Formats: sequence, structure tokens, C-alpha cells
Amino acid sequence: MIRLQNIEKVYRTNTVETMALNSISLNVAKGEFLSIMGPSGCGKSTLLNIIGLLDAPSKGEIKIDDQKTDHMSDKQLANFRNKKLGFIFQSYHLINDLKVLDNVELPLLYRTSSGSERKKLASAALEKVGLSNRVKHFPTQLSGGQKQRVAIARAIVGNPEIILADEPTGNLDSAMGNEIMDILQYLNTTEGATIIMVTHDENMAKRTHRLVRLFDGSQVQ
Amino acid sequence: MLKNYFKIAIAVLKRRKFFTFISLFGISFTLAIIILVATFLDYVLSAGYPDTNRNRELYVSHMQLNSSKNHSQYNGGPSFYFINRYVTTLKTPEKIAIFSNSSATNSYTNNKKKVNNLRYTNDKFWDVLQFSFTAGKPYGKQQLDNAEKVAVISEETSEAYFTDDAAAVGKYIETDNVQYRIIGVVKSLPFSSNVYADMWVPYTLTKEDLKNTGLMGGYSAILLMSSKDDLDKTRDEYDQMVSKVPMQDKQFDQMFTFADSYFESFIRSMHLAEGTNSGMGIFLSFAGIIVLLFLLLPTLNLVNLNISRIIDRSSEIGVRKAFGASSKTLVYQFVIENLILTFLGGILGVVLSFVIIQVANSSNIMPNMVLSINFNVLFVTLLACVVFGLLSGVYPAWRMSRMHVVTALKAQ
Repeated sequence: MIRLQNIEKVYRTNTVETMALNSISLNVAKGEFLSIMGPSGCGKSTLLNIIGLLDAPSKGEIKIDDQKTDHMSDKQLANFRNKKLGFIFQSYHLINDLKVLDNVELPLLYRTSSGSERKKLASAALEKVGLSNRVKHFPTQLSGGQKQRVAIARAIVGNPEIILADEPTGNLDSAMGNEIMDILQYLNTTEGATIIMVTHDENMAKRTHRLVRLFDGSQVQ
Repeated sequence: MLKNYFKIAIAVLKRRKFFTFISLFGISFTLAIIILVATFLDYVLSAGYPDTNRNRELYVSHMQLNSSKNHSQYNGGPSFYFINRYVTTLKTPEKIAIFSNSSATNSYTNNKKKVNNLRYTNDKFWDVLQFSFTAGKPYGKQQLDNAEKVAVISEETSEAYFTDDAAAVGKYIETDNVQYRIIGVVKSLPFSSNVYADMWVPYTLTKEDLKNTGLMGGYSAILLMSSKDDLDKTRDEYDQMVSKVPMQDKQFDQMFTFADSYFESFIRSMHLAEGTNSGMGIFLSFAGIIVLLFLLLPTLNLVNLNISRIIDRSSEIGVRKAFGASSKTLVYQFVIENLILTFLGGILGVVLSFVIIQVANSSNIMPNMVLSINFNVLFVTLLACVVFGLLSGVYPAWRMSRMHVVTALKAQ
């Protein structure tokens, strides 16, 4: 489903050149739950951003669903992300000025869905994560775990095939972290979502199908 | 989608109340000024009492004599002689009103002294202009030819001397040592009117030598056509007539005078005209620059505020981009949000200007002037809001759309 070949990412300033990723090649099968681990600064989030088409590699090729993404325009990339990808961030990145339901329906705004259809899908997504009773709340009125569940609902509302989670349990205690992992596993096993998760937590990584380790921008496992 | 943008726009406005207040105040104040200026110009330039036929009238009120040899110039109005001898020969106009510039005179009646503005007119003056008589009637050709000492006065003048308008008719008013019998009282004119006066008397009573054959003097003419379709024909006829007028003063060898629309005549009164050039281009360019500069200051202020708002919303921008918003979509969203802000400011500006206009009308700053906001002015305001919203929203929106997703997401 996802194929990365010889991916390199170099950050250049006037004086310094930093190799964030060094010849990473990776295949992710459909329905796989993959975790990426490594020390801070090893390039985990950079790799996830590249897979998520939020950043472009300096070299290498990405194919998602047999589609090459390197020559896509800004609009094409945005459209591709909207249809195929869902994102879960460590800091949740909810919009505090919008209610929970409005936050969840955000990806659907960039599709040709009617208002009633968006609300229906958003409500269904919130039900899956067990937050149907919080639709009219604002994010500032929720706990960390609840915010992350809203973020997960937002990520899945458009039925993306691939979910990318950047340290989804990083800001949560272990109990809430386990709840979030339960939801992600449910999405993977029952809904068939392909999930790639960056994590620092070995216990969370053990609950996934496969582990990829990075060190100083290179793949070591 | 628009409903979502509206929700976000309102939420963003509520988030930083002080900045919102500054933005809205700047916008509403600027727009209130635009509305007031547009209202005033509309009032001055549009057809209004008693000159209600402007759309089928042309005005002869300016003359310029040039010497091509020594580059000297003489600007002023046409003389009575020029209008009476040449302008009245035009075939196309239905009627021609002739009137002098107004002059301030001291009037005495019932032991009361008042300074009155007085104009000398012909009989057709009362046919071309649509005065509303509250008592009596205007003077006619016979009274003009007989040089009868009669006068039409304004309601305001009547109230200054007499108990009511009907009581004024038949009474006498003395001005510049001449006793005039009042034969009519008209509803007072706004001060901005091109024929404003307190008293109107037949031109045959003027102390000026009307036989003087000089081309320049202190008179004007209004040419009334039966239909606005005759305007161009009259202009052509006028130009042909002028080309045959002999130059009286050997000092000058060129004469420029035109049958203008009211707006053209208004522009010429600003002394921007040169030869055949009415000065319209200069006026419109100058006005355009003034309006642009006037709008530029609050626009730049709003651009700054918008850019700081966008920096605050970096995380939101990153999330929207991540979930499928293209740069173009985000530009559209932020421009819409900015237009909502400027429209809110526009509504406040309309309310503010409405209040100012009511105060101005009731305080009688300009006698008998009654300003009101009409459809034309509201249209200009709406246009100003759109221009304002676009000018101050597009650049920040463009800056925002170029923000890299990852950089935007890292900002908290």
C-alpha cells in the first residue's frame, strides 16, 4: 500500500547541512499496524510527515496505492490527503473556537458533502470513539484523553485508508494512553485501517504488528 | 462551508476583543467618512429642489479667454450680453434661464436690517427651475420688459420680516436703496443650490450696463431641453455658435466656453479647466488618489492586524492543510472572514454616519440642507467595504497560504 524507496531528507541553512533521513526504504502493507521508534531527533516525525505528504523528501520515491506523489501539485496533494489519509497529532491540534462536532467534520468541508451529510458522518465518528455526549462542547472543556478521541474521530470521519499518528499517547497518562491504543487497534482490526504510529513507548509499540527503529536518520531495524 | 467560515470569523473576533474593537472602529470610522462625503456630493450633484431637470439640462457658467501670443488667460463667467446676444439664438433648447451671480445686499423692512443674497433673472428662469411658491407667483415677461420693481423672496426672508408668507405678498422690501414689491414667496433653497438666493428680481433692474458688449461678466444660463436625447445636439449647436462669435477684446485671440452637464460645470468651477479640457480627468485622478490614500492607512493597519492574527492561527492553518485544504481554499476562507469583518464595520459605519447626518440636519450647519443616505450612497459604501475587505485580506491570506504545513503545525 505504501512504498518508500531511498528516501532522503536534508535540511540546509546558509552554514549547516543536516541529514534528517538517510536512504530509508520501507513497505507498508494494507491493514498493517506499524510503529516507528527511535531516540529524539532521529527523524521519526520527519519520516511520518513525508509519508503523510506534509513534507517532500530531498531524494527518493513515495508511492501510495501505486500512485507516485512527487509530481503532484499543491491542490492534488491536498485532495489526496483528504481522501486517503487521516492524521492524529500529539498535541491534538483541535480548533478551540469550534465545537467538537465542527472539529470532527473539518475534513469533510473540503469534499462535496452537504451540511446534513457532514453532521451525520461526524456524529457516527464520535460514536465510534465514545464521545456522542460531547458534540456541543468546546475542546477547552475536554480532558486530554477526550481531546485525543475527538482528534481520532476527525482523522477517521472521511474513512481514510491510512491513519498516521504522531505520538498519539505522548501527552496522556498510561490509562488514557491504553484507551487510545484500544481505539486504534479497533480501527485496525475491525475497520481494516492501515496505521503508522510514531511512539516513544515500548509498551504501545508491542501492541502493533511491526516495529521500525530509526537512529540518526537511518533505519536500524 | 460558508456557515463554518462565519462561525470561525465570529469566534476569532471574540477571541481578541481589543484588537477587534480597533479593527472595527477603524473600518467603521473610515466608511462613515466615505458615506458622509458621498452623501454630500450626491446631494450637491444630484437633481434637487428647485433644479429637478438636471438630466435634460446644460449649463453655461464659465468662460476662458486666452492670448496665444503672451500666454495670458482670463477666467470667469459669461456676460449678460454674450448669453442674451448669442446663447438665446440656439434652436434646440426648449427654454433658457438667465441669472446673475448672487450679491450680498443690505435689506431694510419693518425697521429690521438683514443681509440678503440677491440675483437678477429673466422670466424663463421660473419655467426652467421648479420653484415651489408658498404664496404669490413669479414675475413674467411684461414685468421684465417694463422693469417693474418686483421681487420674489424666500420663505426664510419672509419669516424674518413678516408674520406669514401670504402677508408678505404685496408688501415692500428695500434693498440697496430700491423698494421692491413682493409678488411671490418660495420655499427656501438649500445653501448648496446653484441658484441659491434670498431674493430674485428682474434683470432689467440691474444697475450694471447690460449693453456692454464684453463677453465676460457675472451671469450664467441653464439650457433646458425637451428630452435628454437633445443634449449632444445642443452641445454641437453651442460649439458652432461659439466658433462664430467675434472676439471683442483684441488682447485675446481664443475663447473657450461650453454647454456643460452639471457635474462638468461643477468641475470647471474648481479652475482645473484649460482650453477645451474640462479638467474632469484631473479631478477624477485627484479624487481617486485622495480616496486611495484615505483608504490606504486603515487598510495597512488592518493588514498588520490580520498578519498577527494569522500567526496566532498557524496551528489551525496546518491542520486544515493536513486534512485537505489547498492554499487557494485557505486564501478564500481568510478573505471571506475579512469581508465579514469589513461588512460588520460597514454596518457600524452606516449607523454612525446616519447619526452624524441627523445631527447635521437638525443643527442647520448649512441652511436648509437636508442630507439623507440613499441607494447610490449605500452602493458606494458596499463597494468600499468589498474593496477594503479585499485589499486588507488578500495579502495576509496569501502569506498564510504559503506557510509550510509542518512549520504551521509546530507553532503552538
